[in-house]
Amino acid sequence: MMKISTNWLNDYVDLSDVDLKELQNKVTKSGINIEEYQDTFIKNLVIGQIKEVTMHPDSDHLHICMVDLGKETKQIVCGAPNVKVGLKVIVALPGAILPNNFEIKVSTIRGVESNGMLCALYELGLEEKTEDSYNKGICELKEEAPVGEDPIKYLDLGDVIYGLDLNPNRNDCLSHLGFAYQVAAVLDKKVKLPDTTYEKVSNQSDFTLEVDTPLCPLYLAKIVKDVVIKDSPSFIQKRLINAGMRPINNVVDISNYIMLEYGQPLHFFDKDKVGNKIKVRLANDKEEIVTLDKKLHTLSTDDIVITDGTKPICIAGVMGGLSSEVDYNTKNILIESAIFNPYNVRYTSINEELRSEASLRYEKGLNYEYTYAAMERACHLLQKYANGKVEEKIFIHDNIDKSKKEQSISVDKINKVLGLNLTVNEIKEQFRRLDFPYTIDNNIFNVTIPNRRMDVSIKEDLIEEVGCMYGYDNIPSIPLKGNVIEGGYSPFVKYRKDLSKFIRTLGLDETRTHTLINEKEAQEFNYFHSSLVKIDKPMTIQKEYIRQSLIPSLLNVLEYNQARLVEDVKIYEIANTYSTLEDEELKLGILLKGNLINNTWQNKNIKIDFYVAKGYVTAILKYLGLTKRTKFEVTNNIPKELHPYVSCEILVDKEGIGYFGKLHPNYTKEDIYVIELSLSKLYNKKVRAIKYIEPNKYPNIKKDMAFIVDKAIKAEDIINTITKEGGKILTDVKVFDVYTGNNIADNKKSIAFNLTFEDYTKTLTDEEVTKLFNKIITSVENKHNAILRDN
Amino acid sequence: MKEKVNEIKSRIKIDLNVDDLNILNDIKTKYIGKKGIITELSSMLKEVPSEERKSFGMMLNEVKILFNDTYESKKQELEEALINKKLESEKVDVTLPETDITIAPAHMVERVIEDLEEFFISMGYQVVEGPEVEKDLYNFELLNLPKGHPARDAQDTFYIKNDEILLRSQTSPVQVRTMLANQDKTPIRIICPGKTYRRDYDDASHGHQFTQIEGLVVDKDISLAHLKGTLDAMARHMFGPNCVTRFRPSFYPFTEPSVEYDMSCFNCGGKGCNVCKNTGWVTIGGAGIVHPNVLKNCGYDNEVYTGFAFGFGVERMTMLKYGINDLRVLYTNDLRSLDAFRRKDV
Repeated sequence: MMKISTNWLNDYVDLSDVDLKELQNKVTKSGINIEEYQDTFIKNLVIGQIKEVTMHPDSDHLHICMVDLGKETKQIVCGAPNVKVGLKVIVALPGAILPNNFEIKVSTIRGVESNGMLCALYELGLEEKTEDSYNKGICELKEEAPVGEDPIKYLDLGDVIYGLDLNPNRNDCLSHLGFAYQVAAVLDKKVKLPDTTYEKVSNQSDFTLEVDTPLCPLYLAKIVKDVVIKDSPSFIQKRLINAGMRPINNVVDISNYIMLEYGQPLHFFDKDKVGNKIKVRLANDKEEIVTLDKKLHTLSTDDIVITDGTKPICIAGVMGGLSSEVDYNTKNILIESAIFNPYNVRYTSINEELRSEASLRYEKGLNYEYTYAAMERACHLLQKYANGKVEEKIFIHDNIDKSKKEQSISVDKINKVLGLNLTVNEIKEQFRRLDFPYTIDNNIFNVTIPNRRMDVSIKEDLIEEVGCMYGYDNIPSIPLKGNVIEGGYSPFVKYRKDLSKFIRTLGLDETRTHTLINEKEAQEFNYFHSSLVKIDKPMTIQKEYIRQSLIPSLLNVLEYNQARLVEDVKIYEIANTYSTLEDEELKLGILLKGNLINNTWQNKNIKIDFYVAKGYVTAILKYLGLTKRTKFEVTNNIPKELHPYVSCEILVDKEGIGYFGKLHPNYTKEDIYVIELSLSKLYNKKVRAIKYIEPNKYPNIKKDMAFIVDKAIKAEDIINTITKEGGKILTDVKVFDVYTGNNIADNKKSIAFNLTFEDYTKTLTDEEVTKLFNKIITSVENKHNAILRDN
Repeated sequence: MKEKVNEIKSRIKIDLNVDDLNILNDIKTKYIGKKGIITELSSMLKEVPSEERKSFGMMLNEVKILFNDTYESKKQELEEALINKKLESEKVDVTLPETDITIAPAHMVERVIEDLEEFFISMGYQVVEGPEVEKDLYNFELLNLPKGHPARDAQDTFYIKNDEILLRSQTSPVQVRTMLANQDKTPIRIICPGKTYRRDYDDASHGHQFTQIEGLVVDKDISLAHLKGTLDAMARHMFGPNCVTRFRPSFYPFTEPSVEYDMSCFNCGGKGCNVCKNTGWVTIGGAGIVHPNVLKNCGYDNEVYTGFAFGFGVERMTMLKYGINDLRVLYTNDLRSLDAFRRKDV
């Protein structure tokens, strides 16, 4: 989040008569979202002095401090490593409300009473919380800090701080000056530029600049001699603190100050450590550099480096090298103000894990005018606050295209896109406020886009600028007109929606689970025996693969609900799965466990079993009009997680479209049934339109027959024999009883069929039916070694 | 004789006053059976002197009628009583539990999707879907987001292969595919609901998988005002006739101008409450006028056509609609919470 000190902002645009709360609103509406408004005043903050420090008896890092608050001394527990007797500190007393609504209360920390908190600046919202600021512990105030007084007042940090939530294109507002233009446009005021004047001393240093890569279009260097390293003036320190940076010394602070002022990062080298040459080039492969954070980086040929002619002394736009660091003994400084290719800086900073405030600005692109201005400003400040002597000569490598950015836009086009009826004068007013120079010719604006606004280039950008300034609240609400287009679902979406609704009418609950699953889950229920699709850099090993089966996800839902004592689980999900990258396949997964029908007190529960599962499969295929083209077969394709003898593959037109059955007892001890169908495959099975069939006018005749056959004989085979023999007038065959046990040999079963005979042309006679019936019996007896049971 | 008839007459009602159908039948036999007293009297008629026969005959007939009427009404009464008794013996306890007939609900997110689909279809939109494993080309590049573009940071993406294949981070690639597939480059009105994926850690308001609905209209003279009109209509559909939207300036690489849009808080009507964090507005999604580069990339003449596009997260909409405060609820599938959803929405 970009922090703006309004105190600082006031240097560039006059805010003396402005209600800052109201301004927050107006600027937000104009296109820069000021998400946070922070008044640095916090009640119940006081300067204290630590009088006594003892270790907490129950902790290896907590201290019990007795803190003099002026009127009284209080006991406060503190975990910071830098507490010591005599230190003056910022104390937040009970009642103080720190940022993020953190209210300080009297508390007991591991059995010891604590009457407040000793604060670090980041805890007061005055500094960014980083590993570094955290490690430094609580804020150490100077010896002369008055005990009992308000520390914000003492530090003169009274300010209103805006936190900008910037859209990625608005890099112009990564600086106080850039933001000032937006504020000035909103307030209809003019921007006042910073002072960049300074005295020059005649050039003495021997120095050459060479840039050997097109990825550095602009490089400016200047030498400032005899600087005195010391603390920054307090206004710079305070502004840096309020903008979220920690002051270090005048030279470092000035470079940060200018970055926050112009958005142009600068780099200061110790000139004496660099030598007499700077050469900018691409890094050699595996070239090494130790950066300011004392870490060794091995570079590649996509990284831009600043070298002393031979070895790298800085990773361009990312971080300086340790060997050329400005330290307390530095006398002469080489200032770098440059522009590097944003993509390369981005690439390098991400790869080397060195993203910083500076790299962020480089990678969004910089305005060359500010590259020059920032250099001048640095000279001004170094002369003023570091006693520097600025050498006259500026070393320049400049390949920037400086042609004016112009764009034309008609009044008509603006109004057509915004849905408004703005007059020429109203549009003029918006461009004037924005400080975008323009000319008008025949209702066409020819606008010169200031270089600071790199986000503006095409006509639509100008329309947006006008719209934001005029106010989106003024855009009317108009119903869409135009040609009526037929609405509706695309066919496959409609297919899925219809089927999904149908499945819900069957009483299955719809679930929604995650596409990414872990390796174990990914390997299970692999119906197509296909390879797995893996994510390049998974966030966790739990979400590493794209699923190709929905069953593992449904099993997770079952597990979750069973843990919460839900007994009957009948669920489904329809989702896309992937067996290869190109093979998106819409699947339907169903999981069934428990009872289909519950009526315990009447003893009429119906437990889910294989045939209930088959009932669901058949109902779905019937809905899709495919039952007659379906076969249930035991094949090798059935996933190994299923019971080998209580499962089968489903084939439609001889193509496997899924499977169902009971889970293998090795997989789970429970009776769980699963169904998985490929809806993509089923969708490709074309069916005819429904046609009405008139019911038979002539009565039908129903007759039963029962056989004793070998257990291994499949019902379907007998039915096929019956159907074949029965011919046209046999219109239906149903199994109505299957029996094993008493009176039947162990390897045999009794199976009974109900046959329907009918003729659409006449009333059937008993004789002809009986004759056919007997023929069928003989045929079954012969073919299946069956014995007719006489009833 | 006459006395006998009168005596019978006076006893009929007394004799027939029984409470059992069998006894009633016995009495019937006793009176009008083959040897019944009335039958016997009738057979004696021929013995009656001819001058009295007529009046006696009439008397006898009266008694017969009386008997039959009394008998029939008694019979009916007793039969009714019998049926009532049988019915009573079948009495159920209506408070005992039913045999359950399960009605299964759509998932909460699906309910909201279907509701919005119905709304948009009614306004002439096609519902179109596309693949979840996408090409970088469709997910980013043709949407004016070239490789290395900083705006890609906002959509930290799951890549699958060589930075070319990814899990789509938005449903916008469906817009691209639809525009490219439309050979005649005619006007378009679509919504694209679907699953999307970003490298976010799952918490109360984020998920690595979530659902978007995006809309795209391409036609002549499409303006931000049409976008506002459309979103206002959607807001009213979702949250009632008083719900309105507002635009805030924003940035997306695929729209220019770009806006974020909020709906007035349906919970407090804009006065401020905890749903809207006291702002009176609830953030819904992003929208804008389709960037000319996107139109060009998809083969549309950006001098002739303009368009608007909008998008929002369905989970967020679902959470607002049903008062859910943790997004993860939508993916745990706790069947206990489904009970409330077995009914229809109002």
